[in-house]
Amino acid sequence: MALRNRNSDELPRAAEPKRPLVVALAGNPNAGKTSLFNALTGLRQKVANYPGVTVERKEGAWALGDGAPPARIIDLPGLYSLDANSPDEQIAREVILGHGGPDGTGRGEAATPAPDVVVVAVDATNLERNLYLATQVLELGRPVVVALTMMDLAERERLEIDLPRLEQMLGAQVVPVVAKQRRGLEALFRAVREAAAEGAGPGAGWQLSGAAEREVARLSEAAGGGVAGRREAIHDLYGEEAAGGESRGRAVAEARARLAAANERWWQEPLLARYEWIERAVAASLRGRKERPRLTDRLDRWLTHRVSGPLILVAIMLLVFHTIFTWAAVPMDLIDAGFGSAGEAARRALPEGLFSDLLVDGVITGVGGVLVFLPQILLLFFFIAILEDSGYMARAAFLMDRLMRGVGLHGKAFLPLLSSFACAIPGIMATRTIENPKDRLATIMIAPLMSCSARLPVYTLMIAAFFADRKVLGVLSLGALLILAMYLLGIAVAVAVAWLLKHTILKAPTPPLVMELPPYRLPNVLTVGHTMATRAWLFVRRAGTVILAISIILWALVTFPRGGVAPGEQLRQSFAGRAGRLIEPAIAPLGFDWQMGVGLIASFAAREVLVATLGIIYNAGAEKETVSPSLIDAVRAARRPDGGPAWTPLVAVSMMVFFVLACQCMSTVAIVRRETNSWRWPLFMVGYMTTLAYLASLVTYQGGRLLGFG
Amino acid sequence: MSDRAERQATDLLTLARLPAGRQARVVAVVGTGTIARRLMEMGVVPGAPVRVIKAAPFGDPLEVRVRGYHLALRRAEAETIMVAADGAG
Repeated sequence: MALRNRNSDELPRAAEPKRPLVVALAGNPNAGKTSLFNALTGLRQKVANYPGVTVERKEGAWALGDGAPPARIIDLPGLYSLDANSPDEQIAREVILGHGGPDGTGRGEAATPAPDVVVVAVDATNLERNLYLATQVLELGRPVVVALTMMDLAERERLEIDLPRLEQMLGAQVVPVVAKQRRGLEALFRAVREAAAEGAGPGAGWQLSGAAEREVARLSEAAGGGVAGRREAIHDLYGEEAAGGESRGRAVAEARARLAAANERWWQEPLLARYEWIERAVAASLRGRKERPRLTDRLDRWLTHRVSGPLILVAIMLLVFHTIFTWAAVPMDLIDAGFGSAGEAARRALPEGLFSDLLVDGVITGVGGVLVFLPQILLLFFFIAILEDSGYMARAAFLMDRLMRGVGLHGKAFLPLLSSFACAIPGIMATRTIENPKDRLATIMIAPLMSCSARLPVYTLMIAAFFADRKVLGVLSLGALLILAMYLLGIAVAVAVAWLLKHTILKAPTPPLVMELPPYRLPNVLTVGHTMATRAWLFVRRAGTVILAISIILWALVTFPRGGVAPGEQLRQSFAGRAGRLIEPAIAPLGFDWQMGVGLIASFAAREVLVATLGIIYNAGAEKETVSPSLIDAVRAARRPDGGPAWTPLVAVSMMVFFVLACQCMSTVAIVRRETNSWRWPLFMVGYMTTLAYLASLVTYQGGRLLGFG
Repeated sequence: MSDRAERQATDLLTLARLPAGRQARVVAVVGTGTIARRLMEMGVVPGAPVRVIKAAPFGDPLEVRVRGYHLALRRAEAETIMVAADGAG
């Protein structure tokens, strides 16, 4: 619990001319808060995490170009309330109260100073529920300005809002805005500056019952009285978390017991009082019927229909993945070719030697290996942003919830898992929409079991070498069936692991589903663009640095120690070769020899590295990740010391099974580290996946031999 | 006045049992803990009008209309919300 700063946040902060205003932006999810934030800040945004938690912290500069220094605007997570226990709500409360800043917890400069003004985005087409959060913010005793969003929709629905009346009820300025047309932004800035100068309003005017008010008064007095004292008292008495301090905790517990003795549902009182007050405020200021847009109801007749709904969902997903693979192919080839020719150019320009090898085989190949996935990631986030911003994502969760619940997961886990078939990294980043940390962790832990696009080169090589042109039942290609089997194996294991995790270390009651189904909206171009840009940058920066480091290390392990030995012998003598021979006894039961061991070790950095490594090992001249005929021949021709073939169809299947289940992707490990803020979970993931991969491979190879294959 | 009397005599049932399309009013939220609190914060408080729109493909969750917006919640949660159905229509 943060330190409470009882007195300093009472004083209205007059805006000093030199210091930029600090503004916090709060609002319900889907209230148009993100669009407003993007419209206010343009491209001047910083995205980071709050210290110690995975709640995203977005800050931007809000300039009006009138000479005044731009305001710092902090975008709080989308919230329905400030009371409950979720990390989002705690962070939002701390930021608004200034407890998250250097003057509060001393968490350092990355934290936030107390905001001069809190802007609450309130959806004009859904006043009652949106005003609930506004009421709570007003109670915190900070200057508040209400930004009435979605005014264009409200006008279309013929809603008339009596602004002066609403302002009078709320005790705060109310400014109508339309973010995408940039309407009302200047008025909003003026209102914010006035509010900063004037200080906090009187707060919401709701009252509790006599008995409850007496308890609040008693606790308030103990907390120093005044507005802050009452706020503390209400928060401690009715909040979900335990009140701070031992004597305070005892006083609160006694007060709760007295209230509970008289009324079993005593804790509902402030919730009811706020809504009654809101109903009065809305009744006084709103004219016109509030009906949901007819288009949304008409669309939902099909999109969430019990038969057509799931069919349309499947069709949309197929279309998305088809598009990702086909559209991304061209830029991916271009990037690949670009890095290829950059490598050749560097090779020509530099004198032959270690430095040239390091630059070309280590740095350029390593960075290229990451950036080649950028087009897929951009496209995937383009579609995710559109599905999210249009309101369809909530429908997908609604449709899939019953199935996902079967393994103890949330309906919202469906999309991240589906994304992971392209690449686990955007999939894991997409789990941010799952609020409950345990459900989110379980989803992250199984996301890499979905067969991603980096496994395809490996599957393709194995099938091209050993199962090409073989048919089952005369029509079906054996290769396609095997690939399908690999995908299904990944899914089956993921379901089992999720079930197991949710019943053991991530044990928690079935996650509840209380989710808004917002009206459909045309996606906002700026929002979609921002989502793509920030995700792409995070991917390039975080995963890129790790991949780069690993590539250099790997290169060094294959290159050193150097001796005056033949090229084939170099690998055997290198650290990587020694490691391969070291693990040979362990992997021999899986059907693998030491050369494959080198490939396995190398591919722990990234799966597709196996193909390139096998190329180097078999000296087939295939240095790229393309499956050249010569590599296929080399794999078929590889011999064991005893003269028998190194690879058999059974070894190939064993290898594929290993690749389905093993966690061989440094970028994924790096992202999991980032998203979970600890090394525990990424290490656990590597551990359990590798163990499963080993066991499954062992069963495949030994079982296959018993049945007479290979 | 008989119309009004009829309305008074409506039966009390949980939201999970309310037939789709039937208008009702919340009478009580009997659950405790985070979910009950979250439901109330989102406007499902005694007195609020509610209507079940439809159920998802496997019969769960439910789509419910409350305070002018649509909310998805599971039957298990809907069982904790007592409602009184309005009239016969």
